[in-house]
Amino acid sequence: MAVASPSTVMNNVEAVRHTLYEALKNDERTLVLGEDVGARGNVFLITKGFIEEFGPERVIDTPLAEASIVGVAIGMAMEGLRPIAEIQFADFIYPAFNQIVGEAAKTRYRSNGDYTCPLVIRTPYGGGVRGALSHSVSIEALFYHVPGLKIVAPSFPSDIKGLLNAAIDDPDPVLFLEHKKTYRLVKGEVPSGHYTIPIGLADVKHPGDSLTVVSYGLYVHQAIEAAQRLAAEGLSVEVIDLRSIRPMDRTTILASVRKTHKLLIVHEDNKFGGIGAEISAMVAEEALFELDAPIRRLCGPDVPAMGYALPLEEEFMISTDEMAETMREMVRF
Amino acid sequence: MTITMPQLGETVTEGTVAQWLKKPGDPIEKYEAFVEVSTDKVNAEVPSPVSGVLREIICKEGETVATGAPIAIIDEVDVAAPEPALPVAASAPAAPAAAVVPSAPVATNGSSNGSSNGTHAGNSVSNGDLRRFSPAVRRLARAHHIDVATLRGTGTNGRVTASDVIAAANEGPSAAMAATILREPVPAAAAVAKVAPAPPAGTSTYAEPLPGTIVPLSQARKIIAKRMVESLETAPHAWTMVEVDVTKLWRWRAQEKDKFLAEKGYALTLLPFFIHAVVQSLKKQPLLNARFTDEGIHVARDYNIGIAIGMETNLIVPVIRAADALSIGGIAVAAGKLIEKARAGKLGADDLNGGTFTVNNTGANGSILSKPIINGGQAGIVTMEAVVKRPVVIDDAIAIRSMMNVCLSLDHRVIDGTIANAFLGDLKRRLESMKPGGDL
Repeated sequence: MAVASPSTVMNNVEAVRHTLYEALKNDERTLVLGEDVGARGNVFLITKGFIEEFGPERVIDTPLAEASIVGVAIGMAMEGLRPIAEIQFADFIYPAFNQIVGEAAKTRYRSNGDYTCPLVIRTPYGGGVRGALSHSVSIEALFYHVPGLKIVAPSFPSDIKGLLNAAIDDPDPVLFLEHKKTYRLVKGEVPSGHYTIPIGLADVKHPGDSLTVVSYGLYVHQAIEAAQRLAAEGLSVEVIDLRSIRPMDRTTILASVRKTHKLLIVHEDNKFGGIGAEISAMVAEEALFELDAPIRRLCGPDVPAMGYALPLEEEFMISTDEMAETMREMVRF
Repeated sequence: MTITMPQLGETVTEGTVAQWLKKPGDPIEKYEAFVEVSTDKVNAEVPSPVSGVLREIICKEGETVATGAPIAIIDEVDVAAPEPALPVAASAPAAPAAAVVPSAPVATNGSSNGSSNGTHAGNSVSNGDLRRFSPAVRRLARAHHIDVATLRGTGTNGRVTASDVIAAANEGPSAAMAATILREPVPAAAAVAKVAPAPPAGTSTYAEPLPGTIVPLSQARKIIAKRMVESLETAPHAWTMVEVDVTKLWRWRAQEKDKFLAEKGYALTLLPFFIHAVVQSLKKQPLLNARFTDEGIHVARDYNIGIAIGMETNLIVPVIRAADALSIGGIAVAAGKLIEKARAGKLGADDLNGGTFTVNNTGANGSILSKPIINGGQAGIVTMEAVVKRPVVIDDAIAIRSMMNVCLSLDHRVIDGTIANAFLGDLKRRLESMKPGGDL
């Protein structure tokens, strides 16, 4: 029996920093590259001090050219390195779309398995921080459609460590999404030592009987808070943290729906064609006869962007009150 | 005492409970309206014959029963001494344990179950509204051999939830079986079972119809549908039309209308002029003021003119009685009163019975040509279409005149084209000779 590892309380920024640092320290194939990751130490200070310790060959400040960041990283990955590329904000990832979708995701298939692309692309996403049009976007649905690409979006410090380690170890490209509002908002115990959490495994963060809520990112935390409020009212809600967006943990979702018979999906990304649409379709295909209520989705509105003005941002974001009210309606339905 | 379905009109044989204005346990004063009943002729609030407490509702909303059939029981007591029904009814919603008990056994639990009747009646109503079940409810019910219709829902608006089915299943198979078996002989339910059809999947309302849904038929809509089909099936409809120059009549009315409204309180539209002329023309052609029967054509003694009034969700045809005894102004007042009552939903049986001929002001909605269906039991219906200015040839010159089309549908069993056209020709002459300075 292993002795329980000592653990440290960290916020999400510290969890990312801690995991990256351990990776650079323990595996010389790893390196980080991106805008301002070197001298500046990343805009959230995630890589502060890395360039001094690991040198400019493993902590690379790149030009403002996202296609190059990913393209260069793909070449490194195919030739045996373990690059961890950073897109400074998810809003800037579009120039790299071709590299990610057209190259990285297809490398294994195109080479008939001769080459793989063990690449991690980290990027902060999401709103609620007055980030306006170009620092608030959610991008998961844009990449969700692409076979060959894994997408994870953990939002608890311990999950971040386990999934970032799994992403670095993974032989294929992984898009690693970090909700920027959770960076310093969320704290939690992070076990010491190297460990991984399998990509594609969801986690029941708040068990319950009368309604299944599936979410990820910032909204998982709000959903848990809402579920706790409902618990005080005697209403039992189960909150599942998806953690991995693709592959999706169908087993955990279906098991929960078979128990609760009701499903609510909450995400910040736009509703139309979003992750919730896929989950709804999957449950309708696999478990229609378990459903005791219409599936509902609480999602970002279908507007082009999150506005800077506070009322616009608030209109876009879903409040905990709104989640709690929707949960109440569904439990009582 | 047992309250029975009243007979609202001499030919009425059944009535539908439109709405209960009181619920079980409510005190009722003598003469206080406690239920609204609709028949094919009329909607009426029914006054209580006694003071007391409404003990039991026998006939649910939407159910149709024969006149004289029991619809409710009122306990003739002092209002100051309420029945034990009151506390029971009040405590029932607060008892969640009772919520999952199948309702049928409750109904048959005791032979003298006066005190439980209040709650039972309430349940039945909410269950009746919700006959749609989720896939989970259907699957669970099938798996556990539970008749969902016997369950009391605890969901929103009494919806039967998956938890309700599971709870019923946990009561044990015997409870589930009992629920199924006992459902059959509930006498109250059986007596009224011939009506109360299950609402179809996906419904909306006539006032706000939604694509892809079914609008349930209101009592009025059912009657309209039945009457229209009957009329078209029994009376071979022929149709004809004349053009009427109402320029002078239009001017006359324009001169009189403000004064008339100020003096009489009712608008002076073209309708009373038209009805007045129609009555005079009917007098010349009494076969149009008549009714076809197998024993012969009944020629009406009176000139009772029905006026079609389009409402938001239905059509209603109140009758101006003995219109031949009224002046144009008298017809205007009578019509104004009927329209007022119709809009307020206050038309009684006397307002609707006994029409001998019908006038339809289709022009009010802008129509210039229509083909009306004869009101059943009459020989014809005439429309007044919209008045429009048109170039007209008069004495080889072109003039701008206010023209109105008048369309007639006639029962060809009763009359032929000759009489129809004689009627229309006479009507046309009368309308065209109406001019300023005439007798109102």
